[in-house]
Amino acid sequence: MMSQALGGGFADAPVQSARAFRTALDAMARPGRILRVGGAKPPAPLSVAAGVLLLTLCDRTTPLHLAPGHDAPEIRDWVTFHTGAPLVTPGAAAFALGRWEALQPVTRFRIGQPDYPDRSATLIVELDELTNEGAVLTGPGIETVARLSLPELSAFHLNRDIFPLGYDTFLTSRDKIAGLPRSTRVEAG
Amino acid sequence: MSDYNFAYLDEQTKRMIRRAILKGVAIPGYQVPFASREMPMPYGWGTGGVQVTAACLTPDDVLKVIDQGADDTTNAVSIRRFFQKTAGVEVTEATAEATIIQTRHRIPETPLTEGQILVYQVPIPEPLRFLEPRETETRRMHELEEYGLMHVKLYEDIARHGTIATSYDYPVRVEGRYVMDPSPIPKFDNPKLSGNPALQLFGAGREQRIYALPPYTQVVSLDFEDHPFVASKAEHDCDLCGASDSYLDEVITDDQGNRMFVCSDTDYCRTRRAAGLVGRLGGEAA
Repeated sequence: MMSQALGGGFADAPVQSARAFRTALDAMARPGRILRVGGAKPPAPLSVAAGVLLLTLCDRTTPLHLAPGHDAPEIRDWVTFHTGAPLVTPGAAAFALGRWEALQPVTRFRIGQPDYPDRSATLIVELDELTNEGAVLTGPGIETVARLSLPELSAFHLNRDIFPLGYDTFLTSRDKIAGLPRSTRVEAG
Repeated sequence: MSDYNFAYLDEQTKRMIRRAILKGVAIPGYQVPFASREMPMPYGWGTGGVQVTAACLTPDDVLKVIDQGADDTTNAVSIRRFFQKTAGVEVTEATAEATIIQTRHRIPETPLTEGQILVYQVPIPEPLRFLEPRETETRRMHELEEYGLMHVKLYEDIARHGTIATSYDYPVRVEGRYVMDPSPIPKFDNPKLSGNPALQLFGAGREQRIYALPPYTQVVSLDFEDHPFVASKAEHDCDLCGASDSYLDEVITDDQGNRMFVCSDTDYCRTRRAAGLVGRLGGEAA
């Protein structure tokens, strides 16, 4: 067990996390764009993309919530060894990781405060498939419209309605990531 | 190069800055507080921009640094060398070749593209600061979208000068929500903020704020129906390359009252002259 927790991280953290961050930044700045990342080999069922995001963004200062399904000893050990992020309940989380169903209800996550809307959670949602089909996205970062296979519409509707409050979302599937900031408007495709 | 971690900052600091950048991108125009570090250069020399650039750089990047449009001034040269030394990245003076452009007070004349990031050095990120010195109050004003004071300031310009006299640092509204300080770029550059294909990031080191404009974000310069915003520049052509569409610096050339106007964007001017375009004094001035 221990050897599994110790492996699978970045071999060259400064350069690999720099490349991973640029991809994550591109994803968040251009909602609907599906990009690929690599470098992490996290224990199942954690995807490569979600593992890369955790290694790149999480540390001892970022409380992390593992939703049921991802709250397994192997993942806890791996996350703790590689990031040191405290594992917490949804209401205290800066980052939350899990499948969309397991993260419900998403209203438990922090949406920031009216004077500090940045103090909000970032969700990392694991999907089986991530494609440019389905929901229609418009808003900052999108020239005209984009399409993305969102797991649900109504939650993201609600999230947009409370802008500038709200959580921000990364969608991950295997080595693919896409971003869905709170500023994006979503409609049925 | 092995004397430094890649791009100078330690990984913990870069993660903190990266999280702030992502929140800034998610809330366009909102100033995200971050724990700005001391950098090996004084405040006012672009420490905020340097930290944002350091957090974004990868070894594959090509970096361009400009100060008031120029690649060859002290601030631009020192920051460019800093990243050559600490990150080993390739550098360029050509706008079109750069993937990250750190800028002090200008947006390049050459239109930016999707693959590029423009990093602004910001002295005072709070557009309301000179109207209301208390951070608690300006934060509340942003929260309540209470921006009447800014319009009063522009109105007082009109009452006093007959026109909106603010010529740089001209306030904008982002996606109909946050009023934002575009850093002291000339208002000539304001229209380039809106709908830009490049990602625009703003870093204020001393004031510890990061904010962002995602690509294709709608940015409107504040104005009045009867006094619409005008992106003004000196009423001349560039004396070196003849450009009529670029922002100009006025240069005093002697003590007889002679002067010339030249492009503030040195790369734009050089490219035009290399293409054979010559302005009024382009033949004699080297």
